[in-house]
Amino acid sequence: MNLLLTFKIALKALSRNKMRSMLTMLGIIIGVGAVIAMIAIGQGASSQIQSQIAQLGNNMLFVMAGSSRTGGMRGGSGSTNTLTVEDSEAIARECPSVRMTTPGVRAGGQLVFGNQNWSASSGIMGVNENFPDIRSWPVTSGEFFTEGDVRTSARVCVIGKTVADNLFAGVDPIGQTMRIRNLPFRVIGVLSTKGQGQFGNDQDDTVMVPYTTAQKKMLTITYINQVMVSAISPSATFTAENQISDLLRQRHKLGPNQEDDFFVRNLTDVAEAADQSSKIMINLLASIAGVSLMVGGIGIMNIMLVSVTERTREIGIRMAIGARSKVIRRQFLIESITLSFVGGLIGVLFGVAAAITISRTLSWPTLISPASIFISVIFSMLVGILFGYYPARKAASLDPIDALRYE
Amino acid sequence: MGAQVIIGEEAATRKDEELEGSGASAQELITLNHVHKIYQMGDVEIHALRGVSLHIKPGEFVAIMGASGSGKSTTMNILGCLDKPTKGHYYLEGQDVSKLTKDELADIRNRKIGFVFQGFNLLARTTAIENVELPLLYLGAKHSERIKRATECLELVGLGQRLHNMPNQLSGGQQQRVAIARALVNQPSIILADEPTGNLDSRTSIEVMGVFQYLNRERGITVALVTHEPDIAQYAKRVVVFKDGKIKRDYLVDDPRSASEELESLPPVDVDETEDDE
Ligand SMILES: Nc1ncnc2c1ncn2[C@@H]1O[C@H](COP(=O)(O)OP(=O)(O)OP(=O)(O)O)[C@@H](O)[C@H]1O
Ligand SMILES: [Mg+2]
Repeated sequence: MNLLLTFKIALKALSRNKMRSMLTMLGIIIGVGAVIAMIAIGQGASSQIQSQIAQLGNNMLFVMAGSSRTGGMRGGSGSTNTLTVEDSEAIARECPSVRMTTPGVRAGGQLVFGNQNWSASSGIMGVNENFPDIRSWPVTSGEFFTEGDVRTSARVCVIGKTVADNLFAGVDPIGQTMRIRNLPFRVIGVLSTKGQGQFGNDQDDTVMVPYTTAQKKMLTITYINQVMVSAISPSATFTAENQISDLLRQRHKLGPNQEDDFFVRNLTDVAEAADQSSKIMINLLASIAGVSLMVGGIGIMNIMLVSVTERTREIGIRMAIGARSKVIRRQFLIESITLSFVGGLIGVLFGVAAAITISRTLSWPTLISPASIFISVIFSMLVGILFGYYPARKAASLDPIDALRYE
Repeated sequence: MGAQVIIGEEAATRKDEELEGSGASAQELITLNHVHKIYQMGDVEIHALRGVSLHIKPGEFVAIMGASGSGKSTTMNILGCLDKPTKGHYYLEGQDVSKLTKDELADIRNRKIGFVFQGFNLLARTTAIENVELPLLYLGAKHSERIKRATECLELVGLGQRLHNMPNQLSGGQQQRVAIARALVNQPSIILADEPTGNLDSRTSIEVMGVFQYLNRERGITVALVTHEPDIAQYAKRVVVFKDGKIKRDYLVDDPRSASEELESLPPVDVDETEDDE
């Protein structure tokens, strides 16, 4: 009695009662479907978080003025005047893991064009010509200001998309003159759309000016609020962090017992935290789905047990005409494996369909991984073996006469 | 089926003497020697068979009769290797089967015995030919062989036109003939039937008996069947009567009835082409 034949017998027995077979598979279909869909949702979220992090900038670190611990008491980080343009230049020059830097000077204030007023929610930023590269944030039209503009404290600005849309509605902003804090500036470029920032702020609601202009003509200060740093590679961000720390402590002449008067924020930390939480979410979703797969397995066992009872007579007939108990056991085992396997395959289809539907209708990103498909199909077969064994053994242990007499 | 025909010819020279002793004769198909069957129901012992000795030779057609509870089905189950005697010996073609394991008994049932039940016992939602194929499937026969032999057997019982009907699309008589075809398909040494006409009306009963007679007479197949009806027993060549777990009478039928002749004298109904009983 070879396996192929037993397989045929099992398939015939299943196809004889399609409704019952469908119902038995339902648990596995839902279980596997849930696994596939949930992992797709989780991984979609995770990959979205990662692309958002990549969008933040090019292996970026921030150096802020003020101690990370006491900064709040001095009126917020970056509000003290311990960081200078020379610090920014020294970091770029002396830290081997750093590719480039730009000073950052923050300002607020009214923007005026013609009779239109606008107050940019993400403020006015003074930076140098490296900014588009460091933040991976190019202009879509016009151009960014040059080193020459920075050196001469030129009154030029590059505006974010939100400012362009609101202040210059219907007008090409390039070449127009607008007033920032009552000073006239020529608009030379519009930044590409960046979207929401980490804290839900509109990053496109901003204006960029040369930091020299911001320092001398707008704020009349000599310090800067922050340094934006781009490391040479993602893995170099940690060494860059240490090199910057050492350099600034030395430059600020801080003794061994003195606290830092600056702090370095590595965006990779944020990335890791976000990545970690999305992984936790994937695991959570996968285990919920795993539980439902387990429940599906128990469902198979239930229905197989009912099926053994219901088919007692059939088992008796098969035994009476010469089926050995081993063959009966195999038949029922193969039936349950087939049910769980086919259920698994249908579940994959449903899961993929669900993931696609979710990403279409809720515009939630999903990522269907082949590994999750493979694993859940294998797992559902294991469920079939595990939960099919007991009913199969029960069927095989029946006595032919008792089974035949069963009503 | 060739072998069966030769057995049939041998059977024509059947001797009627009683066999003594415990050994099985080489010519005997079935030998029961002082068989007892005791069912244990809690504290109560039910002595279903109390020393049954029975000898059946190839080519015989035996009807087993007796009151309800006299042990007919118990005997049939033992003969059919579905059950084992509590005491005594059962030789099938000279082999002592009272000592075999479950699996060995299953193989014997598959190869040497064809069983026909009162309630037909066909697999539901399964076509006639698939039902008949089943024993061959467990024998491990190839697909083409299965189809060929199942078709032959269904043709033999007059159901050549009904190969792909489900049991619920067949009349009781037709279902029983499918069951007979299934019993035949592995070319067994003997066909055992426990009240095969018990669920059938009188005309259909005669038809089914006709099939058994045909198989016995033309194909030399040994048949043993249980019946409650003395009329039905008259189609057999020998009658064994049970009483209280023992054989009370064992006699040859002088002039067995012929089902085919009786059917001819009945109003003509084309059995094969009649539609299913409503
Ligand atoms: N599995 C069993 N457990 C206990 N007692 C049984 C069992 N099978 C049969 N018996 C008893 O054994 C005796 C013989 O039963 P058996 O079925 O052989 O009778 P029978 O001649 O076939 O009767 P009927 O004509 O009603 O079918 C009866 O008293 C019956 O109650
Ligand atoms: Mg009975």
